[in-house]
Amino acid sequence: MRSIYLDNAATTALSPAAKQAMLPYFDGIFGNPSSLHTWGQQASAALQDARERIALCLGADPKEITFTSGGSEADNQAIFSAAMAGAARGKQHIVSSAIEHHAVLYYLASLQTQGFDVTILPVEPGTGLVRPADVAAALREDTCLVTIMFANNEIGTIQPIAEIGALCRQRKIPFHTDAVQAVGHVPIDVRALRADYLSLAGHKFHGPKGVGALYCRKGMPLRSLLLGGAQERGHRAGTENLPAIMGMASALEESLALLGQTDAVMVPLRDRLIARLRDIPRARLNGHPTLRLPNNVNFCFEGVEGEALLLLLDAQGIAASSGSACTSGSLDPSHVLLALGLPHEIAHGSLRLTLSRYITEADIDYTAEAILQVVERLRAMSPVWERITADR
Amino acid sequence: MPFHSADPSRRVLVAMSGGVDSSVAAALLAAEGCDCAGVTLKLFRDGEDNAGGRAAPPRERSCCSLSDTEDARAVAHRLGIPFYVFNFTERFERQVMDRFAAGYLAGETPNPCIDCNRFIKFSALLERASALDYGLISTGHYVRAEFDEGGGRWLLRKGLDTDKDQSYVLYAMTQEQLARTRFPLGELTKPQVREIAAAHGFWNARKRDSQDICFVPGGDYGAFLERWTGRALPPGDFLTPDGCVLGRHKGTARYTLGQRKGLGLALPRPGYVCAICPAENTVTVGDEPLLFSRELEARDINLIACARLERPVRCRAKVRYRQAEQPAEAEQTGPDTLRLRFDQPQRAITPGQAVVLYDGDTVIGGGTIGSA
Repeated sequence: MRSIYLDNAATTALSPAAKQAMLPYFDGIFGNPSSLHTWGQQASAALQDARERIALCLGADPKEITFTSGGSEADNQAIFSAAMAGAARGKQHIVSSAIEHHAVLYYLASLQTQGFDVTILPVEPGTGLVRPADVAAALREDTCLVTIMFANNEIGTIQPIAEIGALCRQRKIPFHTDAVQAVGHVPIDVRALRADYLSLAGHKFHGPKGVGALYCRKGMPLRSLLLGGAQERGHRAGTENLPAIMGMASALEESLALLGQTDAVMVPLRDRLIARLRDIPRARLNGHPTLRLPNNVNFCFEGVEGEALLLLLDAQGIAASSGSACTSGSLDPSHVLLALGLPHEIAHGSLRLTLSRYITEADIDYTAEAILQVVERLRAMSPVWERITADR
Repeated sequence: MPFHSADPSRRVLVAMSGGVDSSVAAALLAAEGCDCAGVTLKLFRDGEDNAGGRAAPPRERSCCSLSDTEDARAVAHRLGIPFYVFNFTERFERQVMDRFAAGYLAGETPNPCIDCNRFIKFSALLERASALDYGLISTGHYVRAEFDEGGGRWLLRKGLDTDKDQSYVLYAMTQEQLARTRFPLGELTKPQVREIAAAHGFWNARKRDSQDICFVPGGDYGAFLERWTGRALPPGDFLTPDGCVLGRHKGTARYTLGQRKGLGLALPRPGYVCAICPAENTVTVGDEPLLFSRELEARDINLIACARLERPVRCRAKVRYRQAEQPAEAEQTGPDTLRLRFDQPQRAITPGQAVVLYDGDTVIGGGTIGSA
């Protein structure tokens, strides 16, 4: 049986180059970068090298990069830092959108219980775009942070981040973007974006898990979530995960070096899959048709439950995902699809396929065929589908 | 299109709660060589609100909480079988929680576990199993399902461990559901099950059995109803059987027939709830003998041992889970109704609860006790 991994928004396979880049740091250069001896010096030099390379990939200064345990921590830290600085100056209002990752939404919810006022902007129905005019209209004297994700993890919609960044900068309001799904997949220049904070995670671009980074523009407040040692210039206590950081740096460079080549293949494959799935009756593409990540395909099939769809595709050797998996592994209609204006019962039947540069045209054709058959089969036994078709 | 090469009748979806019983059921089926998968059902929300995105992080709750799911997952991994979580929250809310609330508001004392078995485990889960080419489902109930060649019907019989027997909560099973369900614990006693669990190293093997209704942890039904319906339960009068006002109650739905404690009344002698009238918003309190009656009408009946009761039959019956069966005579009065007359008066025959009829250890059928 074939095995086709189409869940790259959840996580990606470590690239062989990134794996190679990690190996010397497990037992060769294993020192603690904070140590004074030669072992420590070597590790510290490697850490600095990784920081410079990642900064270069983002158009940032190395001092503006703080390594974290991943995207969620970077999101939390950016919001925490801006919120605490804001509160110290009597500013306790934050603007965000309804389709942010839970690492942002849940953190904001916790700030609400501490007296912060949070404006959650709606998105454009269907496409999921945040309108810059809505952001502008939501800004207040006491706004201490705007946080809007670069690209959505479920529907792949790419937001007008440069526009939002510019209008925040003009009003001197700190701007954070959760770019976890975008870094390594689209070119990013933090200066052009006017971003003050930007989060990324290594495992979304063929780097290792358990490592990420927060870009924080020089002069912006940055506070540590963890108290302890003075690692990361006091911005993140805890011994640095050097092998993972080296792997992430290598993976990011590789992804960006291959970007043109990858896009030339991946975008047509994405569109080929979208075209095939559009042929299914009562199927709808979620998200924006063109302003979307090169790897993202997201559909709803009326009368089909996401859970059954996923299990049958798994039985065909295809890894996909649906809605947002909650911690228990069960599927709830995702807050993203509901924010697009989809009714509950339709949001239940969503299917997300996310490509990688390892996917071929044959994989896509096999997948499209399998989905056609599975949807047909599930509809044949669905009372909901029976009702829908009877209504015609 | 065949999705699996295996014979569907050897493919079993095991409902796993994380507790010892369903864990052992899965272990026994896997040992038998069945192509098993474990499933935990997510039945109600953990307090998150997806609508506005201002969601709070999931919270721990009782029966299908994250930690129970993790227990079930750990057992499945140990057995080397796939494990899934199915989200049936919408169906559960509609077919179990809404019905539960409606029953209480109508003055009855519903049994949501029976509705959950009827509408979720043996309906929604079976449908899902079919979609995934699983011919059978399995649960850790202490009952036996057997096909009776002579009568040409599937029979539901008590578990051999009569102490743990759960046939009462399964009386609503249809012939098709019985044909497609495996109960691996039916021949075992609880100590045997614990032994098997320990032999498999299931670390939950000594966990106590759950008692609460899963979506009302702590058992405060009144608070649940107010939250679920969004309306305060209106206070009203406690009455004597001849209509004198004894005091104020806190909402009819907070009381159940036969209740003595927690009424908040100072009475010269013990008083028992002997009638609940939501229409008048009154609760009648009287002496214990008033609670006893010999007859009941059941609605919404399901018969297992036969298609219908052709003539009045002698049987033994019980009107609550923890009760010894009592001799009685049952007579079918319509397609979905029957009348039961006990030989001896019974205490607090409670509308909304189930009455289940037995012939020895075989379930004849049962129904919902109607309001008198």
